[in-house]
Amino acid sequence: MNICELEKIKQQFIKEINFRKLGDTSGVEYKYDVMVCGGTGCRSCKSKKVQDALEETVKAKGLENLVKVHGVGCFGLCVNGPIVLIYPNDALYEKVAVEDVEEIVSSLAEDKLVERLLHHEDGKAIEKKDEMSFCKKQRYIARNNSEFMCLENILEDYIALDGYRALHKVVSEMKPEEVVKVISDSGLRGRGGAGFPTGKKWEFTRVVEAEQKYVICNADEGDPGAFMDRSIIESNPHAIIEAMAICGYAIGANKGFVYLRAEYPLAGERLQKAIDDATARGLLGEKIFGTDFSFELEIKYGAGAFVCGEETALMRSIEGNRGEPTLKPPYPATKGLYGCPTVINNVETLANVAQIINNGAEWYNQIGTPDSKGTKVFALTGKINNSGLIELPMGTTIREIIYEIGGGIPNGKKFKAVQMGGPSGGCIPEQHLDTPIDYKSLSELGSMMGSGGMIVVDEDTCMVDLAKFFLQFTRDESCGKCTPCRIGNKRILEILTKITDGEATMDDLDELEKLCHYVKDNSLCGLGQTSPNPVLSTLRYFRDEYIEHIKDHKCRAGVCKKLSKYVITDKCIGCSACSRQCPVGAISGEIRSKFNIDQEKCIKCGKCCETCRFGAIVKE
Amino acid sequence: MCECVRLGTENQVAEFEAVLEQNKGNGENVMEVLQKTQGIFGYIPELTVAKIANALQIAESKVYGIITFYSQFSLTPKAKYNLDICLGTACFVMGAQEVLDKILAKLGVRVGEMTKDGKWIVTSCRCLGCCGLAPAITINGEVYGKVKVEDVDKIIDSFED
Repeated sequence: MNICELEKIKQQFIKEINFRKLGDTSGVEYKYDVMVCGGTGCRSCKSKKVQDALEETVKAKGLENLVKVHGVGCFGLCVNGPIVLIYPNDALYEKVAVEDVEEIVSSLAEDKLVERLLHHEDGKAIEKKDEMSFCKKQRYIARNNSEFMCLENILEDYIALDGYRALHKVVSEMKPEEVVKVISDSGLRGRGGAGFPTGKKWEFTRVVEAEQKYVICNADEGDPGAFMDRSIIESNPHAIIEAMAICGYAIGANKGFVYLRAEYPLAGERLQKAIDDATARGLLGEKIFGTDFSFELEIKYGAGAFVCGEETALMRSIEGNRGEPTLKPPYPATKGLYGCPTVINNVETLANVAQIINNGAEWYNQIGTPDSKGTKVFALTGKINNSGLIELPMGTTIREIIYEIGGGIPNGKKFKAVQMGGPSGGCIPEQHLDTPIDYKSLSELGSMMGSGGMIVVDEDTCMVDLAKFFLQFTRDESCGKCTPCRIGNKRILEILTKITDGEATMDDLDELEKLCHYVKDNSLCGLGQTSPNPVLSTLRYFRDEYIEHIKDHKCRAGVCKKLSKYVITDKCIGCSACSRQCPVGAISGEIRSKFNIDQEKCIKCGKCCETCRFGAIVKE
Repeated sequence: MCECVRLGTENQVAEFEAVLEQNKGNGENVMEVLQKTQGIFGYIPELTVAKIANALQIAESKVYGIITFYSQFSLTPKAKYNLDICLGTACFVMGAQEVLDKILAKLGVRVGEMTKDGKWIVTSCRCLGCCGLAPAITINGEVYGKVKVEDVDKIIDSFED
């Protein structure tokens, strides 16, 4: 591969890309591109069947020369999947079923759109996807262009969109230290959790003299509620491959590993194909672009251990060991994989690299806030209308995200908090909704950027129960190597359980806080050092809920079963349906008069409440 | 009974032996070998542990240590239908616990236990990455999104043959 061949591929595919991206119809002989989302989210809503049906219908109607059907990467609006994009109209159909296919194809034959499948806002159909409020504020860098690339020929489409230009520029025109300087000057920081400056990481590794160095892409996206890395790999795998090769050149490594979660089979399949394609075209392997630089890439699969997202544990796992973390220093930059200097970057971080090289550090530097440059991808989920993936410039406020892009809370419920940073993070309550999102502001609030999971909770979520959920997670996922994390988290969980069971005292609350700080200060790795954060942060903003549980034996969200009780009201007509359903025989009474629940016997299963046709049983 | 019968079919055993042959003396590939073993048999039969250790020239205790460290590896056979429920944060907030309770009540088992007829095992996992579809479950790898408590009967019954 040389620059002429790269240019030749670009010229071959650019017309179709311009057709989709710019609506430029010159140069293509067909009229429509129909792109069906092939991300894990849409695939699980049977998008593959929709795509197959589209292909068949187009063929049956003899429209092959006018309508082309392709698979495409994740668009982000997962909650309304399967998503279908229509170019050059730039229209977006949502919740498309196989039954809709006939209508879609016939309408295209008549140059019309199917209005009922378009996204609606305030009762009005939105004809162009960029006019949706979900899209308006977004800015794509890490997820750039994935909506225009066909999955079938993703390498060629990537090249047509100037892919692998940055790698060419780097290996043929730049010295390694110049590459590192561009990344440092851009202000790019790690997107996986801690937010360490990427350029510094590269520089530390570059300056170490060693015969062998490695580049690792951390794709062990373990934070529950975050799926941007999966989406990037599925939709734009070549961006990661190119960035890893650039990093390899900059630090002097000829070998890279992608450590991928085993839970992401589709991402693995696509990445492997991309690696094979890139190798076949000479974009990976020996003497890339005719230079002395060689780089090869291999996927290593995890096997379901959250702690392997921690870099030292991850390296132990690649080496074929239990994924137990080790003490730092030594840092991976000096002594990493197999004892060699190693750079470990997260998927989203790497997805920015090629564009920074192409457009320059200055360009990247202008986006975002003084201490946090660029954009961040968030996985917006939980009690929110537009659940999915979004990418925004740093400095966007949480309120904009929840109410403008996310479309607010469903069913008229009241917003309570947004949980960020997964099991290491914290929650942000209503009074801080106007906080701009950047590394510093979030950590001042006791939360963190983390990998970008944003889980919205409403008044129906109990904050003590939520903290308990996270501690169950960290208790299960603690590797057991150090005592504060192994035993401390278990004890924290026990106190939380006492609180939700209504058996705790105010002394327990003090003990809980003390223990949280102890575990934070004394644990070996990032997992234990951050695991008490969900407790500390809910204590900071929702202490009154903890106190209510302890003093009043009340759970205002009605979640904690042991604190709630079922009561039969005067609406009861005495039909006895509930007493026949009760598994423990706690309900008694005389036919045609009001029944009673024996609270001592009741196990709060809620069966009676479900059974009653008169709404006479309420939860208090 | 000969050993291969106890392990699995002849084809499975041959495939397994081939994997061992490829990775002979290569201790660092143990994760990959275990993943392939599980792929072949559906789980990691106890009998394979010593064979793997021997072939890769690492201690049996190390192989066993790795199997028990990573939650994906299983030393017990799988059921006909393996239902995995996501208990990630988004699913939790959207009511996955109630869905799980309903599933367990319906099948009359606890998490990780096989139904008496050998048809079902229910396991839970941490985030399938389908958070936009919370709460999500998978049955033999196929994802079911936005599952409500009311849907559980229908989903499970659709597998009863």
